[in-house]
Amino acid sequence: MSRDSVFSKLRSTTSALKVRAPYPEYDSAVVHSAPRLEGSDLWEIFSRNFKAVSGRAMTTVDELLEFLLKDGSKHGYCDPSLFDAIGSKLVAAGLKVETEFDRERYDDYQFGITRGSGAIAESGTLIIDDFRTSRRLAALSPWIHVGCILRSEVVRTIPNAIATFGDCPNIIWVTGPSKTADVEGILIEGVHGPGEQIALLI
Amino acid sequence: MFNVSTPMLNVQPIDLYAQRISDEKQASVIDGSSAGTEKRYAVLGKDYKDPDSLRKLAGSIKDHTLHHLDHYLEKAEAALVKNGAHVHFADTDDDARNTILEILRSHGVTRLTKSKSMAAEEIHLNPFLIKNGIECLESDLGEFIIQLDNDEPSHIVKPIIHLNRRDIAKTFLREGVSQTYNDDPRTITNQARVHLRKKYFEAEAGITGANFVSAESGRLVLVTNEGNARFGMAPTPVHIALVGIEKIVPTDRDFGVFLNLLGRSATGQQLTVYTQFINGPKSSNQPDGPEHMHVVFMNNGRTDVLESNCREILRCIRCGACQNVCPVYRQASGHAYRSNYGGPVGAVLSPLLFGDRFPEFADLPKASSLCGACNEVCPVDIPIPDLLLRLRDKAKREKVPSAGAIPMSPFGVLATSPSLWRTAMTMSKAMNHLPIEVAPIKPLQDWLGQRTLPDWHGGDFRKWLRGRKEKS
Repeated sequence: MSRDSVFSKLRSTTSALKVRAPYPEYDSAVVHSAPRLEGSDLWEIFSRNFKAVSGRAMTTVDELLEFLLKDGSKHGYCDPSLFDAIGSKLVAAGLKVETEFDRERYDDYQFGITRGSGAIAESGTLIIDDFRTSRRLAALSPWIHVGCILRSEVVRTIPNAIATFGDCPNIIWVTGPSKTADVEGILIEGVHGPGEQIALLI
Repeated sequence: MFNVSTPMLNVQPIDLYAQRISDEKQASVIDGSSAGTEKRYAVLGKDYKDPDSLRKLAGSIKDHTLHHLDHYLEKAEAALVKNGAHVHFADTDDDARNTILEILRSHGVTRLTKSKSMAAEEIHLNPFLIKNGIECLESDLGEFIIQLDNDEPSHIVKPIIHLNRRDIAKTFLREGVSQTYNDDPRTITNQARVHLRKKYFEAEAGITGANFVSAESGRLVLVTNEGNARFGMAPTPVHIALVGIEKIVPTDRDFGVFLNLLGRSATGQQLTVYTQFINGPKSSNQPDGPEHMHVVFMNNGRTDVLESNCREILRCIRCGACQNVCPVYRQASGHAYRSNYGGPVGAVLSPLLFGDRFPEFADLPKASSLCGACNEVCPVDIPIPDLLLRLRDKAKREKVPSAGAIPMSPFGVLATSPSLWRTAMTMSKAMNHLPIEVAPIKPLQDWLGQRTLPDWHGGDFRKWLRGRKEKS
C-alpha cells in the first residue's frame, strides 16, 4: 500500500539522521515590513497599501455608485444581506441588481458585491472566506468585485491575520485585482479573476 | 526537444543546447530573468533591514520539518481527514497518476481545468489523463499557451519566459483562440479570459498543486496572481490537490515567514494577488465550491533525496529566484535542463529525483562556475554550490561518462615517470612547428584554436640548472 511504503521510507530515513534540526523559535515581528506599516490608523494604512496594488478602498456607497456609473457597469449581483445597505441604493440610481447569481448567465454580472471578513493593513489585502461570502462565483467571476468590511475587521499584520483563521475551510487573501506578467513580463490587470478590486467600508 | 544524445568527448547536452538557442529566445530569457532579480533585490532591501536572517530562518524551519517529516506528514493527514478531505499517498509517479485517474473516474469526471503545478509536470500528468480520455486544460495563461504549443515550461514561475508576443499571437490564431492576428498583450490576455471562462464553467473538477501545507491545521496554501486556481474551486464539485511531501511546514504561523519570502523572491511582490488557505471541502452554507476534496501526497523519489547528502534541496519553495539570477540559465534557458526543473534547482533536483536516470542528467551539476549567486537569492538558504559539488563527486564515484572531458590518464603516466617526463619536455618542442589540427582531442583542438600560445620551451629550465651546478 502506498501509504505504508511512503511512511516506512520516511521513518527509516529520519531515524537514521545523525542530526535532526530543532525547531527555531522566533518572534513573528521579524516578518513585519516596517515601511509598509507607517501610520496609526489601520484603515488608512490598508487603503494606502491596497491602492499601491491597484485596489480601490472606498468608504461610502455613493463613492461606489459614482465608480460604477462612470465605468458604465449597470448590472450586477449583491449579497441579499447587503441589499438594504447597498443594493437598494444602486437600484434607486437605475442599476439592475440581482440577489441571486445564475451561473448560466455569468457574463451578465458586471459587478459582484459580497461580504468580506477582514483586511490586512500591512499588505493591502482584503480577506474573504466561505463563511461570509454568499457565493464564491459572485466574488470571482464579475469584472468588478466589491468586498464589504467593517473598520474593526482590519488587522495590522500578516501574522495577525493568520491568527484569525479559526476553522473556516476556505479563506482567500485578495491583494488587488487579478494580474499576469506572462506576456513579455508586461503587467496586465484583469485576467481570470476580477479586473477591478474594491474594498468598501460598511 | 529534450533528447540530445552526445557521445563522450563531445560537447555536454546543456552546452549544445545553449549554442543552438536563437538570439531572440535568449534575449527574452535574459530580459525576463534579470528583471525578476532586480525586483527581488529592490523589494527585499526596501522592506527588511536584514533579509538574509529571514532566509536563514526559513531554511531552519524547513530543515527541522524535513528531519521530522514522518511526524508532520501524519499530523497534516489527520487534520485534513478531520475536516472532511480525502487523503491519498503516492509512492511513485505511476501511483500518483493512477490515483488521480481513479479519483476522477469515481466522480465521473471527463473534463477538468488545472492550475500550475510543478509536481504535476514532474509526473507528466496531462498527457496521461488525456490518453485516458479526460480533457485536461491548463488554466494559467502561460501554461495554457505552453499546452497549445505542445511545448514545455522553461521557468518554474514564468513558464513562457522564452516566448514573445508575436509567438503567442501566432499560436492563438492557429488554435482558434482568436480569429485574427493580434499581438497586443492586453488583447491576448482578454482573449484567454473569454476562452477559458467558458471552460471553467463546463469543467467537472479542478486540479491544483499547493505551495505549503500546515501540519497543524492541514491548510494547503495556493499562491497565484490570475485567479485561475479559484476558478478550479468555485464552479466545480471536485477538487484534487497534488502535493509533494516536502511541502509541509509545522504551523499556520510559519506561513507568515514563507509567504513574506515567496512573493518577493519570485516576482517582487509582497504577496501575490490571491493567497488561498484551504483545508476541506466547501463549508455547508456555501452554494459554490467542491463538495469533495482530495489531497494526493506524492513521494516520487523525495525520500531518496532526504536520505542522500543533498537533502537541503528539499527546502525549495519553487520561487524561481535561482533561475533568474543564474548566468548559465540566462544563457541556456530552461529547456536546456531537459526536465521541468531548470536552472540551479534543476541542476540538483533532476539528477536526484530521477535517480535511475542519473547519468542522463550528470552534465547539469557541471554546468556551473559555482559563483554562488543562487544561494544568495534562495529564500530558504539552500547551499546549492555545495550540492553541485557533491553531485559532481557522485558522478566521478559512479564513473558516469562525462561528455567534453579531456582524459587525464596520459598526463598521469607522464607525471609519474621522470624519464618519460624529461623526454616529453624536449620532444614537445616539435609542437612549435606543428599545426593545431594535429592535436589528438577535439576539445583540445577547439581550445587551442581560439588562443595564440607562446612557443614551447620545455626542458630549458633543467638545462639551465644543470649548467649552474656544473659551474659551482
